[in-house]
Amino acid sequence: MTKSRTEWPLWEIFIRGQHGMSHRHVGSLHAQDADAAVRNARDVYTRRNEGVSIWVVPSASITASDPDAKGALYEPSHSKVYRHPTFFDIPDDVGHM
Amino acid sequence: MDAKFEFLCRMGDSTLILGHRISEWCGKAPVLEEDIALPNIALDLIGQTQMWLAYAAEVEGAGHTADDLAMRRDVWDFRNLLLVERPNGDFAQTMTRQFLFDAWHLPMLQALTTSSDKRIAEIAAKAVKEATYHYEKSSEMVVALGDGTEESHARMQSALDLLWPFAGEAFVSDTVDHEMAATSVAPTPETLWDDYEASVKDILSRATLTLPKARFAHKGGKSGTMHSEHLGHLLTQMQWLQRAYPDARW
Repeated sequence: MTKSRTEWPLWEIFIRGQHGMSHRHVGSLHAQDADAAVRNARDVYTRRNEGVSIWVVPSASITASDPDAKGALYEPSHSKVYRHPTFFDIPDDVGHM
Repeated sequence: MDAKFEFLCRMGDSTLILGHRISEWCGKAPVLEEDIALPNIALDLIGQTQMWLAYAAEVEGAGHTADDLAMRRDVWDFRNLLLVERPNGDFAQTMTRQFLFDAWHLPMLQALTTSSDKRIAEIAAKAVKEATYHYEKSSEMVVALGDGTEESHARMQSALDLLWPFAGEAFVSDTVDHEMAATSVAPTPETLWDDYEASVKDILSRATLTLPKARFAHKGGKSGTMHSEHLGHLLTQMQWLQRAYPDARW
């Protein structure tokens, strides 16, 4: 038997939609274990037909970037618009990209 | 009384009353996840009720609709199992009641998918997918709470001691069941018992819970002869709008 806790562990939920190519983060919820997290995700996040596949990940397993390091991490790319592929003329024959 | 009508009311009334009971948790379940999961199950069961009672009304041939049967009958006309009219109690009682019901409901629906009555087979085929999920969810919840903390274990054991005497009713046949079995419409209730007992014991052992020794089973729900006082209270709430404002619609 486990020691009494007041909250179930937190899980991050990823859902792949009917025509989605990849799983997308949709939110988080509590559950006693991974299987229960999948069931809860089914109930909370797919009740309007949103998905065909569910991933659950313990929130504690996620390593996040430091919000205070925003400057060092992201600002250097602000001045490098040439990294967007918008400076090329696309021949008509190529069609929609 | 037509046996098939009786049988259809038994199926539809059990899902209706349990669906209503579970819906009573809406907005006050212990956690958000269950607050959404429980009404989901309630809606599944009430959807199944619509199919059972719509067919029951057709078989009855008295010009009634599924809504009439659900909202205009009184206690003595209901044919649900006594188990499902038990009050919600604490969360352990709600989950135990759900598990004891699902463990019967799922194999019952599986058997009904091969019913000689095509309409019943179709209703069962649709309902069995929902019941599969209900059973998975309630059985795993029984394991989690039974093999959980000291408090959850104690609550689950007392819920089981309280509700087990209501589990047997579904497996005792009467003349309605005999007629349904003779025409291959439905299985003989007793034939489902061995698998039921085996699956319940399997889950309970994983849940570290002990099945009560006594085999006594309350009866009178599915025959309608002896409902508990709880059903009347439930109906006053479930049916009050149609009783206060007959034919009201929106």
